[in-house]
Amino acid sequence: MFGFILRRLIAAVVVLILTSFLTFTLFYKGPTNPAAALCQERGRCTAEKQEALETSMGFNDGLMTNYGRFVGGLFKDRTISQGATYTCDAPCLGISFRTKTEVSKDLLTYYPATLSLAIGGGLLYLLIGVPLGVLAARFRGTVFDKVLVGGALVIGSIPYYVFALTAWIFLTLQTSIFPTTQYVPITEDPTQWFLGLLLPWLILGITGAPTYARYARGQMLEAMGEDYIRSGKAKGLTQRKLLFKHSLRVAIVPIVTIFGLDFAALLSGTIFTESIFGINGIGQWTLTSLRAPTDFPILTATILIFAVFVILGNLVVDLLYAVLDPRVRLT
Amino acid sequence: MTATDTTPEARKASGTPLLEVKDLTVRFPTYDGLVQAVSDLSYTVEAGTTLGIVGESGSGKSVSSMAVLGLHDTRSAQISGSIKFNGQEIIGMSENDMRKLRGNEVAMVFQDPLTALHPFYSIGKQIIEGYRIHNNVSKKQARARAIEMLGLVGIPQPQTRVDDFPHQFSGGMRQRAMIAMSLVNNPDLIICDEPTTALDVTVQAQILDLLQKLQREFNSAIIMITHDLGVIAEIADEVLVMYGGRAVEYGVTREVLTRPEMPYTWGLLSSVPDVAGISDVLVPIPGTPPSLLNPPTGCSFHPRCTFVSQVPDNLCVTTLPVLERSSTGSSEHLSRCHLRDPAAIYETEIAPIVAPDRTESPA
Repeated sequence: MFGFILRRLIAAVVVLILTSFLTFTLFYKGPTNPAAALCQERGRCTAEKQEALETSMGFNDGLMTNYGRFVGGLFKDRTISQGATYTCDAPCLGISFRTKTEVSKDLLTYYPATLSLAIGGGLLYLLIGVPLGVLAARFRGTVFDKVLVGGALVIGSIPYYVFALTAWIFLTLQTSIFPTTQYVPITEDPTQWFLGLLLPWLILGITGAPTYARYARGQMLEAMGEDYIRSGKAKGLTQRKLLFKHSLRVAIVPIVTIFGLDFAALLSGTIFTESIFGINGIGQWTLTSLRAPTDFPILTATILIFAVFVILGNLVVDLLYAVLDPRVRLT
Repeated sequence: MTATDTTPEARKASGTPLLEVKDLTVRFPTYDGLVQAVSDLSYTVEAGTTLGIVGESGSGKSVSSMAVLGLHDTRSAQISGSIKFNGQEIIGMSENDMRKLRGNEVAMVFQDPLTALHPFYSIGKQIIEGYRIHNNVSKKQARARAIEMLGLVGIPQPQTRVDDFPHQFSGGMRQRAMIAMSLVNNPDLIICDEPTTALDVTVQAQILDLLQKLQREFNSAIIMITHDLGVIAEIADEVLVMYGGRAVEYGVTREVLTRPEMPYTWGLLSSVPDVAGISDVLVPIPGTPPSLLNPPTGCSFHPRCTFVSQVPDNLCVTTLPVLERSSTGSSEHLSRCHLRDPAAIYETEIAPIVAPDRTESPA
């Protein structure tokens, strides 16, 4: 078990190195030139001025040197020159080209909003999707089942941004059924935190849940047909126990797998949700960084965050498997 | 067991058998039509005795027994007739009453113990669960009971093995655990659905011995579903031969196995391999099992029966024979066949193949 985790963590580090290196390569070999943008910001830009800026920002030092500086900055403070000189505390992810702030500190500022969104949305995926799927399996072939399966298909067919935008326009902007969507830190005002995120959570939940409902339904139907469920029935177990204990116990294992990956994606920022509902999380932060000229330090940070969560999500799922299924032994 | 008129003593006094199945018919509507899996099946089981049900796959053995436990989905199965357990009608019983019967008074041992045990719960937990549904006891008491049962069925070190999961048990041990789980509430009737089919031969014998030992200890009745006539010969007091969803021969085991009257039973006996090598003839039954969607007219065995020509007026094809005592047979033995004198045919044509030692030695 310990060896398993250790090996997976080593593999994770390798993946992170590769991801960050690839990001660097794309940027340094690509067409964007932040020095040119910076140069224009500071009045009339001449070729000499731009040349001087490029040299001071280190773009002439080559890919490997710059990557080395970036990795070094993760462990000790560094100074970064972008026209002026900025200090960047370890772990340093660079200085934003646009705002001239430290990326690692911005990350901490924006992250709570994304985390709040992800936890609420992810919980609703499960809380709405799984029970509906279980009930659909229980009442297979009935009107309830058909409505649910059909509804899941309809919701799944609507593009997410259309769904979210429509909901926001009708439910918040025009009718005020839901309070204004915003992010207020939970430490500041828990009620406002809850109310501000209520609609985004619901929209995330409602659009994500159908996948889970369909999946849970399929897994439940498979589990309910197993011999050991018949054995349970022959023992005299109640229908409820057979359904929610014996069958769900088996059906939940593969659901955990897709949830691990979905949740990792939520944690890495929900660009549409944050943009539509005006929540300042890392999704929106990433989006702004993509506007020309590309804010490379921010982009690197968000790509790395995404990689970290996908790796962690997979690792947690694997560990959970061992807990959920006694037949699985991690070696 | 709470009702006053269902105690074993009262039942014995009133003369009602433990289980009385009458005209049981089970149909499954499918897209292709109505599948009649069991037709007009009647049998009785007395307390403490063993009934063996034999037949090939699809003959309705399991389907009829599962009806006794009400295990069929009522949405997909149409069940008619009467199943009386301890004088209580089971067909049409409420799900809640049925549930109290299941595992408590009627228990079931399934064929494949690996798939029949829940893979995610420990053996002990599954037994404890079965015990606590029907008995208001603490977890600790139930655990002690589970360990006791595991010891009883011959699991070594039951105190530690109780926490093992099914995949940590061997096939034979799993079936022992399954039996422990079924017997934990001292059921009056145990339905064993091919309990030894998935096990190797030496383990089979152990499991059968175990079942007989436990049967004596608890005075339970057993319905043994199998397609292995050897198992029947060893364990059953009475035997019911099923073909195409119908009983074709029914009687005391010794009678049915030594003086079978129905060509299908002859076929079954002829297809048993003879390990001792006295007879080197292994005679399979020609043809395939009947379709339950469009069953053959008359006797459902007639397309495969080699004796059809010996019955006049094409009766086998037109008329379903009645399950009754044959003209030459004993009162403990019913069969469903148009043949006038099956005993004579058996003696001259079949016995030399299936039991050469018995027929040749006096000669």
